[in-house]
Amino acid sequence: MTFLAALGRALLTLLSQIGRATIFAFETLSHMVRPPFYVKEFGHAVLTIGYFSLPVVGLTAVFTGGALALQIYSGGARFSAEAVVPQIVAIGMVRELGPVLVGLMIAARVTSSIAAEIATMKVTEQIDALVTLSTHPAKYLTVPRVLAALIVVPALVGIGDIIGILGGFVVGTEQLGFNPGTYLKNTADFLEAADIWSSLAKGAVFGFLAALMGCYFGMNSGRGAQGVGRATKSSVEAAAVLILAANFLLTALFFSA
Amino acid sequence: MIELRDVHKAFGSKQVLRGVDLFVPKGESMVVIGGSGTGKSVLIKCILGLVQPDRGTILVDGQYVTQADRDAFLARFGMLFQGAALFDSLTVWQNVAFRLLRGSLKRPKPEAREVAIEKLRRVGLTPEVADLYPAELSGGMQKRVGLARAIAAEPEIIFFDEPTTGLDPIMSGVINDLIREIVTEMGATAITITHDMSSVRAIADDVAMLHGGKVRWAGPVGQMDESGDPYLDQFVHGRADGPIEAVR
Ligand SMILES: Nc1ncnc2c1ncn2[C@@H]1O[C@H](COP(=O)(O)OP(=O)(O)OP(=O)(O)O)[C@@H](O)[C@H]1O
Ligand SMILES: [Mg+2]
Repeated sequence: MTFLAALGRALLTLLSQIGRATIFAFETLSHMVRPPFYVKEFGHAVLTIGYFSLPVVGLTAVFTGGALALQIYSGGARFSAEAVVPQIVAIGMVRELGPVLVGLMIAARVTSSIAAEIATMKVTEQIDALVTLSTHPAKYLTVPRVLAALIVVPALVGIGDIIGILGGFVVGTEQLGFNPGTYLKNTADFLEAADIWSSLAKGAVFGFLAALMGCYFGMNSGRGAQGVGRATKSSVEAAAVLILAANFLLTALFFSA
Repeated sequence: MIELRDVHKAFGSKQVLRGVDLFVPKGESMVVIGGSGTGKSVLIKCILGLVQPDRGTILVDGQYVTQADRDAFLARFGMLFQGAALFDSLTVWQNVAFRLLRGSLKRPKPEAREVAIEKLRRVGLTPEVADLYPAELSGGMQKRVGLARAIAAEPEIIFFDEPTTGLDPIMSGVINDLIREIVTEMGATAITITHDMSSVRAIADDVAMLHGGKVRWAGPVGQMDESGDPYLDQFVHGRADGPIEAVR
């Protein structure tokens, strides 16, 4: 009985969290379209979320693309289909692995830092101070970060897709004996515009979710260092799970018809 | 003019304010004293709407704060937080000039910087600190930067949460004079929270003592010594024994 009660309580907490996060998301969207806009904060967010994430995105993509090429080659050999490496690497990177891995890296790198920064501001009364200085915390802190992620993460995903394909290309041509010209031609011929659009659209959704979760858990942080720690942990968990769930839904939406 | 009527506030099961009544006339300096943890900081956060009271009403110039236009309302206030609450991503002068760099009071950057440096000078800080970050300052210096930020836009109503804690006696004197000056020269209304009885005597027109979630005693600073209230007496003279328990 106590077990059921505990389970019920956990479920209720989860539902109310989802409800509050949804309200937070709509509030953020409504602040996005109403002035004042803080351009400098937005620029700063573009730099930290986008530019400074390039190394980690690049490394993630190149190794994944390379590993994918090896796997498809050895797996394909079982039914003499080694030749499909370029096509499968391209479709695997662009449709699935590019957006998902970039999304998860953004959750690790950006969500956590946003949550820790905003939670610390909350704990040290900096958020209260913003309010007393006639500055809306949602407009000054949340909107620039979420908007930046919404715009910049698709670009990161695009770059990740390209670097991932290049990783596959290097492994394919250097180690698996593919002809470079044919490899590139096969990749280019096989990919469709819809693949690329879906990749970028996923990037936008994942970026939005990642930044939003960082801001939401930061703004609702508990007191003290423990509160900051908990906010950071929860934000990354929530962002990662939401990204994977959204990926499933988007894949179903784009490709199951 | 600020008026609080029967303000209650609890955090969970912990009842902090249990019916606070307080009246601060325009252009006056009110000092709130009271033991640590009695809810002084919570009280001024209630006035600013940073904390929602559970019950009771708060009026500023006869208008309910809950009904006021939030931006116009906050534009009239300045607040020094107990922990200074400086933005650590901004330099000292950008902190001080925060209001002057954006929003309705926006001014050109060089002008805002000039104002910031002038305010820093008034709290006893040299122009060299202007380009440092808050983390590079001592606690007392951070406090004074917070004070400079609170007064930068010359607000009509200013709250100071323990402005002199952590300062040396000379600096405390400078800050006390500054607060007095702001009230008498600029005609601002001020509420100051302090534990420092010499500050109370230097700053206050009126004194209110918070105890047990209520205003235990309120009156002109001149009557503080012969109030005949055992609670106030114990507090003013800092005695360990008396009606106020030492363990809270
Ligand atoms: N956000 C909050 N959540 C939970 N409890 C709180 C919160 N803010 C204040 N409290 C509690 O309210 C009580 C009063 O706090 P407050 O900061 O107003 O005390 P204070 O009178 O300013 O004390 P001090 O002189 O030490 O600054 C404390 O017991 C504190 O734990
Ligand atoms: Mg306090």
